[in-house]
Amino acid sequence: MRNNVLIIIKKELARFFGDRRLMLSAVLLPGIMIYVMYTFMGDALSGMLNTDESYKYTISVVNMPESFSAMAGNLNADFTVIGADEIEARKIAVSEKKEDLLVLFPENFDALVAAYDTKSGEKAPQVSLYYNTTRTESTTIVNTMTEMLDAYESSLANKFDINAGGENYNLATEKDTSGFMFSSMLPMLLMIFLFTGCMAIAPESIAGEKERGTIATMLITPVKRSELVMGKIIALAIVALLSGASSTVGTLLSLPKMTGAIDGASAAFYSPADYIMLAAVILSTVLLFVSIISIISAFAKTIKEAQTSVAPLMIVVVLIGITGLFTGKSQSGAAYYLIPVYNSVQSMVGIFSFEASMPYIIITVAVNLILSTVCGFVLTKMFNSEKIMFNK
Amino acid sequence: MPDIIRVTGLNKSFKLSAKQQKLENTKEKVIHAVNNLSFTADKGEIFGLLGPNGAGKTTTLRMLATLIKPDSGDALLDGASIANQPELVRAKIGFLTSELKLEEFFTPDYLYDFFCALHGIDPAVRNARKKEIFNKFGINEFAGVKVANLSTGMKQKTSLAISLVHDPGIIIFDEPTNGLDVITAKVVTEYLIELRSRGKTIIVSTHIFSLVEKICDRVGIIIKGNMTACGTLDQIRAGKSLEDRFFDIYSETVGTI
Repeated sequence: MRNNVLIIIKKELARFFGDRRLMLSAVLLPGIMIYVMYTFMGDALSGMLNTDESYKYTISVVNMPESFSAMAGNLNADFTVIGADEIEARKIAVSEKKEDLLVLFPENFDALVAAYDTKSGEKAPQVSLYYNTTRTESTTIVNTMTEMLDAYESSLANKFDINAGGENYNLATEKDTSGFMFSSMLPMLLMIFLFTGCMAIAPESIAGEKERGTIATMLITPVKRSELVMGKIIALAIVALLSGASSTVGTLLSLPKMTGAIDGASAAFYSPADYIMLAAVILSTVLLFVSIISIISAFAKTIKEAQTSVAPLMIVVVLIGITGLFTGKSQSGAAYYLIPVYNSVQSMVGIFSFEASMPYIIITVAVNLILSTVCGFVLTKMFNSEKIMFNK
Repeated sequence: MPDIIRVTGLNKSFKLSAKQQKLENTKEKVIHAVNNLSFTADKGEIFGLLGPNGAGKTTTLRMLATLIKPDSGDALLDGASIANQPELVRAKIGFLTSELKLEEFFTPDYLYDFFCALHGIDPAVRNARKKEIFNKFGINEFAGVKVANLSTGMKQKTSLAISLVHDPGIIIFDEPTNGLDVITAKVVTEYLIELRSRGKTIIVSTHIFSLVEKICDRVGIIIKGNMTACGTLDQIRAGKSLEDRFFDIYSETVGTI
């Protein structure tokens, strides 16, 4: 009788892999779209935050002191020394993005600084920098200028230095960096991709067959309803996994662009045992998703109705996925791993942060498999119900 | 001849939704589709269920095919109970109705092999049967074409071939010639007669008098879910045409036409 399950799986997969449009939309497109989207977003963000190195900044300076002239010589900028009467016009130029920066020094800045006593309680000489945050070049040069002036100020009364030894003071290892980066983002993204993959195919396979009347043709064969359900769920899980894998590959390829290529972050730190645990969690999660969506689809009369009914679940999955975002640490306590979906997120966080606990992973997989089996029984009952299967 | 189909006291009712009540123009919340229906069919005979639309013919056949369950009563099909052994019943029957559709993505050739596999048919036997039935219905010409691209007649021929993949002893056809062109209808009708000659027991539901007169050995007339007359074709006709007798019985049962 197991043979019937295999026959149904083969037919479902033949249906899927034979349909180029379905294959493209459910497996290839998610990965490609994610890669293109995230890469584009990464490039766009990078473009917003970084300026062209050959760019020459336009800076107007009032009362330019000699000390500053010496420092500013290293900057790739055109300095224009202006008088006090031009200040308002130059402010407008910065506001209109025609110039990048306006620097106002008080008259005799160097002398004022030299004469200033920090213990006097008097107000220190003021330097004003006028810039425009909506222009990347303006933001970049004001930051550079602030750092330069801070350094100059420190050099005037240097009492102590911080991290001036040139060593690597960040004690996080590359493995820690990888763990934090992957555990911060991937669990939520994976859950969304896996659910989306299931959502793309399960309504078509269950509600679609009801809608088209082809499920009845299967129901008059000697195949047991439980075999039909099992065959469909396993086939759907295989396709959903492919869809999830495509999305994950797309994410991994585009992640360096998104995160600005975090130094040292690499998937190579994960051991085969980590990958096996991850595969077990993903597989059991997909089975659960497919089973739940199949039940909802069996209630629906049309594919559209099924998709509409499943949509709110997507929000729940996203919300649960967010709980694992940027925590970098999984929950401890077995009770957390008894909660479906949440247990998968926490297990993934644990695996990606190298802190996975085997008992928690086992509880997660067991809970998911038990619930999938229960859903399978429910679905079998539904396939036996003429009211559900033939109610149009 | 031994009866291979024995239907005993079948009952089936459906709850009506408010929308259905409106459509049916009734205030009744439950509709009794089949009432205490009993009949037998012998091996090697064609039994015709004749009745107007909504009489309960299709509901009866769907119960016999185990697609839906009777509220009470049972039927034994070659000894298998529809109430208790639905999978065994499905292995013994071939069921064809316009309600059953073929997956449009696949070809007749693929679907034939798929349903053979579900029935556990040996590949050698499958190939021999496929060759025979595909030749008979001219399916070879479109065996490799997706169902989506087939005409209604081609689809009906394919459905017929698929319903018989396991060479069942009992064949249940709901409106077998409905929607077919005259040529395909003739091919199907002649094939039913051929199947009878091979010892198959066939139940057909129809409201076409000429089809019943042409192929049926015995007839059951269903009106409003009740078997109002059952017997051989000659017994039912009682010297009149089947059409005249049907309307006599209908008038006696319902009152007016």
